[in-house]
Amino acid sequence: MSEITGLIQNKFPDNVAFTTVDNVVNWARKSSLWPMTFGLACCAIEMMATGGTRYDWDRFGLIPRGTPRQSDLMIVAGTVTLKMATRVKRLYEQMPEPKYVISMGSCANNGGPYWKYGYHVLKGVDEVVPVDVYVPGCPPRPEALLYGVMKLQERIQEDKVLRRKGETLGSLAGASMAAEATK
Amino acid sequence: MDAKSIHGSLVAQFGERITGAELSVLQPWAVVATEAIPEVAAFVKSDPDLAFDNLMCLSAVDYPKEPPPRMEVVYHLLSYRHHHTFVLKVHVPRENLSVPTVEGVWGVANWHEREAFDLFGIVFTGHSDLRRILLPDDWQGHPLRKDWQDPDFYNGLHVKPTAQMAERAMGGEKIGVGPFDFTPPNRHVPQ
Repeated sequence: MSEITGLIQNKFPDNVAFTTVDNVVNWARKSSLWPMTFGLACCAIEMMATGGTRYDWDRFGLIPRGTPRQSDLMIVAGTVTLKMATRVKRLYEQMPEPKYVISMGSCANNGGPYWKYGYHVLKGVDEVVPVDVYVPGCPPRPEALLYGVMKLQERIQEDKVLRRKGETLGSLAGASMAAEATK
Repeated sequence: MDAKSIHGSLVAQFGERITGAELSVLQPWAVVATEAIPEVAAFVKSDPDLAFDNLMCLSAVDYPKEPPPRMEVVYHLLSYRHHHTFVLKVHVPRENLSVPTVEGVWGVANWHEREAFDLFGIVFTGHSDLRRILLPDDWQGHPLRKDWQDPDFYNGLHVKPTAQMAERAMGGEKIGVGPFDFTPPNRHVPQ
């Protein structure tokens, strides 16, 4: 993710007060991930199924928004062609911070079944946007996509918003945990 | 009408400009001289016995090894009124890839001819808007030709996957014949 500058972000020490504030902020961010669903091909069908009643992603807080300006998660679901790649980058740049990307399906992960002979296919959406979670599958089942969203939520929970990055807590337990969470 | 009578009606109208036919196959076809295709198209659409009012598909084929090496443009026709189908073919020499358009007869040919131009490079003279339809506008080359080779990059994006990308994708796993252990040679390009 790009560097965030501001008056209170990443400015405070790593103590119990700001850890609690960060926990609340991260809980709020992870519980209301609004995706700009980028359904390009067959993975879009499984994404629709994930949004349907049986696998419901609304219970995780995901409300799909049609515009990148109001969303904080981009789920790239489907094959990205070279023609589309510039547009994917543009839409990613239109999203406000903090933003996350889930690459859904093998076409978005590394070109999928088209990776050797598909002259028109982008070999993985991570050539144009930074990806946080890769969900393998062709297409991944709705449960797999939900697992990918949950993994992303775990990463968001470990994020440091108010606290300075690179610092660790004093205690032994805190040191080992914070060493993992340091970015 | 059956294929023989359709062919007979075409020959009666155009004579020498119907240069070949194959009628005993599942989809009988006739070869039309390249310059005559708009006339033949207008005739088969307007003639009340033929009434081919639907161009189902227009596509191009590349035959680099046939004698003589050529490309063909194939027209699949259907008549809603009489429920019969027929196929017209046009031979296009590879040195002069140009065919008159049938867009004036069947409007659907607009996009089909754009696709044939995009993927094969066949120029349809008289077309109202001949530009690429599937590939990006600044793409170099025509991929469905038999002598097409993938470029390494397109505007900084990988087109051919590298061995490092394969390594990362497979996660270090070797499962016998890997993706780079065997590439069938392109038989249409002299090695």
